[in-house]
Amino acid sequence: MSQSSTRRGMGFYLLAAFFGLFVLFLYGPMLMIFILSFQGPTGGLTFPMRGVSTHWFNDLWTSSRYGDLGGAFRRSLLLGVMAMAITAVVCLFAALGFRRRFWGAGPIFYLSIISLIVPGILLGLGISQLFQLLGLRLAWWLSALGAHLSWTLPFGLLIMFAVLNRFDGSWEEAARDAGARPWQVLGLVTVPILFPGLIAVALFGFTLSYDEMPRSLLTVGGRNTLPIEISNMTTNVTTPALYAIGTVTSAVSFLVIALAFVAIAVIQKQRSRARGRTE
Amino acid sequence: MTEQSRIDIRHVTKLYGRTKAVNNVDLTIDGGAYCCMIGPSGCGKTTLLRMIAGHETPTSGSILIGGTDVTTARTGSRGTALMFQNYALFPHLSLTDNVAFSLRVKGVRADDRRQAARDMLDRVQLLHLADRVPSELSGGQQQRVALARALINKPRVLLLDEPLSALDEFLRLKMRVELKRLQNDLGITFIHVTHTQPEAIALADQVVVMDHGLIEQAASPREIYNRPHSPYVARFMGGQNVLAGRVDRIDGTTAVVAGRNGVSYDLTAARGVEPGQNLRFSVRRDRIAVRPEAAARNGLTGRVVNIEYQGTYVKVALETGLGEEFMIYMDDEDYFAHPHRVGDTVHAAWDASMNHHLPGTNDSTGTPHED
Repeated sequence: MSQSSTRRGMGFYLLAAFFGLFVLFLYGPMLMIFILSFQGPTGGLTFPMRGVSTHWFNDLWTSSRYGDLGGAFRRSLLLGVMAMAITAVVCLFAALGFRRRFWGAGPIFYLSIISLIVPGILLGLGISQLFQLLGLRLAWWLSALGAHLSWTLPFGLLIMFAVLNRFDGSWEEAARDAGARPWQVLGLVTVPILFPGLIAVALFGFTLSYDEMPRSLLTVGGRNTLPIEISNMTTNVTTPALYAIGTVTSAVSFLVIALAFVAIAVIQKQRSRARGRTE
Repeated sequence: MTEQSRIDIRHVTKLYGRTKAVNNVDLTIDGGAYCCMIGPSGCGKTTLLRMIAGHETPTSGSILIGGTDVTTARTGSRGTALMFQNYALFPHLSLTDNVAFSLRVKGVRADDRRQAARDMLDRVQLLHLADRVPSELSGGQQQRVALARALINKPRVLLLDEPLSALDEFLRLKMRVELKRLQNDLGITFIHVTHTQPEAIALADQVVVMDHGLIEQAASPREIYNRPHSPYVARFMGGQNVLAGRVDRIDGTTAVVAGRNGVSYDLTAARGVEPGQNLRFSVRRDRIAVRPEAAARNGLTGRVVNIEYQGTYVKVALETGLGEEFMIYMDDEDYFAHPHRVGDTVHAAWDASMNHHLPGTNDSTGTPHED
């Protein structure tokens, strides 16, 4: 150990520089947007800062220039939550089902994964055509939800497979051996042991839906989701309010992730308290 | 208790695709017996165990516990409890809740079931760890928890799937003693699957030797060890040399067999054999003497290829030109009075009563799993 740390080769510095560039590229733009969103009331879209204020956040809520931002935000949030719940439940049972290697499991798996590869905009076009054909009206809570699920379900399924890889089937057998009925095995053993993985799947379901754009464009119908609304803003809004909305949406994403971590921590604490109670 | 925990296995077959994992097996295990099922991996012993537990359903045949047909009864409702090879303790539950699990699914009140679980943990000397989770325990402790979890439901039959294979040598011997003592205390049937011969010999009232889905022999350990049914059983259980020959003539109850090395052997109790028949017989490795000259009957000559000191005895391996190494277990004092060296020529001889005819036809090498 001590020898390797005394002399670092050229490779170390090259890789460190590469990593540095990567971090800069990842967080630099976000940081710029974050700073510029606090631009003073007379400031513009670029540096320098003309004072520091929360003027543009305020402008976002009060001005009518930006269309239905609040509504779009609410719709995206709700859509994300619906996609999250459906993804978590469906992926759990689908992955459990795939363990049985039933007849046709291979083709069904590939069919469900293909929708990750199909260009989103084409898929959206297809869905909107289908709805027209069936005489249904496009709506964010129906056609867009379906479009989002075509993206979140295969993703969640792949994560669930990885989670199940570390799941030992003999836990379920031990539960059955102790006399547990199928629903008791699921509720007392399978789901509790898989729970951290399920939270990860749910998290992916939400964030993938929350900032999904290509699949939403042609499927939301009359009312836009937030990413489409922001995309529209970039072409016709020339004030730092654009940055303010960027900061707000990023904050929501981070908040959701933080909530998930808190949820995991609380569950673990409850488990250790349940342990302590038997004292 | 005895009749209630008797197990009858009748014509049980289990197919996986076209593979016969268990092939038309008939077996009776007496209530309150300690039964060891032994065989190489893939011989069907674990499948048979899992069918008794209800984790697999026989393709045909029936399984009775205490006279009741449980072939298709639900797992966990037939009075059996299975201890898994990897213990399969629930990682998210404390030891108390692990042990109390079967009471929980039965709907026993939290206080009552926790008290019962703690009593059981006390019995396996783990009460002081009752609030830990399994990952905080050593292998030996995990095994005791698994045992407590299996026993809390007061099963009539305890099924153990290679229970000692994950432990180191010292713990394995210690747990072996504890298992036997526990079985004596509880008086229920234990069925213990293993691939280790000394374990089966030491623990069992009844040893079931399996190969390729078939029961080769089911008998007391002494019977299995001294009177193996086939060359496979003799080789797999160890302690025996297997020799082959052709029956020359019959003298009363004794068959005179001509060995391939030209020596004659007297099989005193070979029933149902006829002159001209090829057969195999075994000789216990620890009943063989070394002589200065070649024996005329019931002996052979070979070249020493290996010598292993075993503490109380010495293993001398001879190359005899008969295909299989011939082993002599010599008393250590006798050996060191006249030691041999690799390459020496040695003349072995034994009493005719040591020749044991092997009527079974399974001649596979049955290389024992050396732990």
